Amino acid sequence: MPAAQTPLEAPPPLQGALIIDALKKGGVEYVLSVPDLHTSSGLLKPISTDPDLKLIRVCKEDETLGIAAGLSYGDKRALVLVQYTGFLYAMNAIRAIACEHSMPICMMIGLLGKEPDTPSRESARFGVRIIEPMLDVLGIAYHRIASDADTALIAPAIAAAYAGSKPVAFLIERRPVHP
Amino acid sequence: MIDRKQAWAQLSRHLTDEIVVATYSSATDWLATGERTLNYFSFGAMGLASSHGLGLALARPERRVIVLDGDGSLLMNLGTLVTIGAVAPKNFVHIVAHNGSYEANGGHPLPDRNVDLAGIARTSGIARSHTIRTLEDFTAMIPALLHEDGPIFVELMIEQGELSPRSYKDMYRAARRSAFRHALQNG
Repeated sequence: MPAAQTPLEAPPPLQGALIIDALKKGGVEYVLSVPDLHTSSGLLKPISTDPDLKLIRVCKEDETLGIAAGLSYGDKRALVLVQYTGFLYAMNAIRAIACEHSMPICMMIGLLGKEPDTPSRESARFGVRIIEPMLDVLGIAYHRIASDADTALIAPAIAAAYAGSKPVAFLIERRPVHP
Repeated sequence: MIDRKQAWAQLSRHLTDEIVVATYSSATDWLATGERTLNYFSFGAMGLASSHGLGLALARPERRVIVLDGDGSLLMNLGTLVTIGAVAPKNFVHIVAHNGSYEANGGHPLPDRNVDLAGIARTSGIARSHTIRTLEDFTAMIPALLHEDGPIFVELMIEQGELSPRSYKDMYRAARRSAFRHALQNG
């Protein structure tokens, strides 16, 4: 009689609160965002009521690049919080401001629809699987945020981006939750 | 109709420590009025001058930020007016030179030369939106632009004149950005 199969355990949820704490540790004061279903309830909603963060809701993602650049000249740190589609939409602004002008643009990119156990480069979704290769081509450093432990990468990476005036991206691979 | 060079010359006479964010043809005509370390030139991603200006206005609320934009540029980022209207920075002035053309890209006409940019700004939440048609009217309103609460939006109806000499490479060199940052931090 075959042994009963143990169902694969679902990975524990990604805690949005840990991401938000990491942003604050990284000195982020402003969050610039177009809503993304992937990060809506776990990040954007709690950020919208967090007294330590100023949320600026914009109409299109490329606005965030200009606003973040302007803030940086006044020594204010910002996070660009968008979906991968918004990252793609804002590509010319990313090319000019983040890459050619080497501004400290910190982007948190929601990979909506990414399969939990599949690397994003192998996703069935075309838009998801091209994000890492595009970041490689642009020369933008990035970090995959798939577990609570990964959130420890965020604050040092933001500090490094501002210290070196370079862009950085955080790929939110799983949908964050917020109690 | 207004000669933009004359309008910018009038504006420059009144400035002290204001930040000026300028883009494309408005920028080259502005630079022709003279160098300032508090000039910030926005090139490379057309349409984002006001977004850069909004970030600067939020970061440095004690300073007035004046954005010198173009109609073609603004049309590439109309949502910025809604964002600015919602954030409503008091130190923010947005002046858009309207000549109905993509002047920096060969002078081709806008899809609609007669688009009412001040009307769009007003209905986007920027109550203090004006259309200015003469140099005299613009000159008369400069003190208000520099001292009254914003956000203020000005659609400046200009004629299509000869373009000032331009070198984007010079205007957006890294040393100019560094000088701006230094001036802002030490001013």
